[in-house]
Amino acid sequence: MLVAVALNHISVKYGRLPALDDVSAEFAAGSLTAVAGPNGAGKSTLLKTIAGILRPARGTMTINLPPGATVAYLPQTANIQRDFPMTVMQAVCTGFWNGVGDVHAITPLMRAEAASAIAQVGLNGLENRQISELSGGQFQRMLFARVIVQNAQIILLDEPFTAIDGETTAKLIQILLGWHQEKRTVICVLHDLLLIKKYFPESFVLAGRCLGSGHTHDMFEQKLLSFDLDMVEIQTLDEHRRDHHENDEECVHCHDH
Amino acid sequence: MNTAVIITKTMKNVCIAMITDVLTDPFTHYLFMRRALAACIVLSAGAVPLGIFMTLRRMTLVGDAMSHAILPGVALAFLVFGLSVWPMTIGGFVVGVIVAIVATLLTRTTQLKEDASFTLIYLMSLAGGIILISTKGNSIDLLHILFGNILAIDNDALYLVTGVSWATVITICALYRGLVIECFDPDFLKSSGRRNFIGQVFFILLVINLVASFQALGTLMALGLMILPSIATRFWTRNMDTAIAVGIGIAIVSSFAGLLISYYYRVPSGPAVVLLIGVVAFISTLIGRYGSLRNYLAR
Repeated sequence: MLVAVALNHISVKYGRLPALDDVSAEFAAGSLTAVAGPNGAGKSTLLKTIAGILRPARGTMTINLPPGATVAYLPQTANIQRDFPMTVMQAVCTGFWNGVGDVHAITPLMRAEAASAIAQVGLNGLENRQISELSGGQFQRMLFARVIVQNAQIILLDEPFTAIDGETTAKLIQILLGWHQEKRTVICVLHDLLLIKKYFPESFVLAGRCLGSGHTHDMFEQKLLSFDLDMVEIQTLDEHRRDHHENDEECVHCHDH
Repeated sequence: MNTAVIITKTMKNVCIAMITDVLTDPFTHYLFMRRALAACIVLSAGAVPLGIFMTLRRMTLVGDAMSHAILPGVALAFLVFGLSVWPMTIGGFVVGVIVAIVATLLTRTTQLKEDASFTLIYLMSLAGGIILISTKGNSIDLLHILFGNILAIDNDALYLVTGVSWATVITICALYRGLVIECFDPDFLKSSGRRNFIGQVFFILLVINLVASFQALGTLMALGLMILPSIATRFWTRNMDTAIAVGIGIAIVSSFAGLLISYYYRVPSGPAVVLLIGVVAFISTLIGRYGSLRNYLAR
């Protein structure tokens, strides 16, 4: 099995606050993984680390990409200038950055690709709208369109469906499944257990540390993911276990690949 | 029969000639006025695009702090070499970079936020710089350094301003897309793994433009030519390229008019230019096409 992303005892800190503590994980190439966990579990931190935005304080990370392939990242509450003077089309076209760099022109073909991505996320007709005039949900969809044009081999999505209506969510999930069929690696932070159970073959449960990872139905069987527990209870469950198995290997399921 | 026509024609020509004289005489007669105008025009070409990126990055106050923070370097150079362009520029540049590094380190390692750490460092620099200057210079030197003297620009200063402007324009052209992306969505640029150095390049451009503007406008108003036109353009266009062109236009026209006002009414020229661009920017906030008071009231 080819590994797309391998994390080896990664710790990430914000100042002194640890956000991820000794997390190890492997994401197989072509896998479709949901990352779940309570608020403040470090889900976004995990994606940002894989995307290369944050640097781990300890541990190593390996990313295996075919030559020329890239990583795409859809941020959640983005560190983005929402009032930048730019149209939706221009913002989506920034997704071509890795290919065109500073000098190459954006070709009509690329423009057509961008327009099609904009249509796929349901923003057709808004190509020439200023990004500052978009609603929260529309902005999120525009960023999704940029991920589409990035045509990346590894795709990281942080809560892509928040502030997005059910109909559009269904469309976006189809795109996601399409990527999965094309054997791209998709890692998606998600809190909606229904969606996780229905569409995501693999899951990764996180609460500062890795609580478990593997097939989604196994996670449900082990009660790491459960409709009976909300995410806060998962954390208390974890503390409970830790109290009882102080000396045990902390993250037994992390290495089962 | 045509006397009336001839008289009106003559009067019209005389009027045009008078107006042209009023507008051009100061520049045709005095070298220092020509140099001042040249410095403003050349400076605008680089400083305005940079200023537009700064307003978009919400860096105007940090830039302001930086413009005061270069003072100790300038002051030390002044103590050793007197009022000489190159040492003051190099001193200002070195201190500017040091100040930026120290303030950034303070922000990263302590609980101070960026604005507070820059304010701390720049006030220390400003106060220290003034004390340094006053140990040797007189109050005229101090005024010169604080407010600049655009009418005293010599050839060296003009070379400096031109060099900085060219360097800025070329760098911005070469790195334009990266600059736009870094400003719009810094995390995206980081995740692309390309051009990670753009933040630092931008800061160096800022510092060299500050030390160049310093020659003309002094440490207290060096930012005027950089930031004020870009504030004005935000109210008139939502296209980056147009904004840069309009901003440079505003800066050049205001410089020209400001210099004339200072010539005819005997007011200090640097402040005249800055105040004029400021007035244009302020009027833009009231009646501009986008996001102005007019739009607010029309809602």
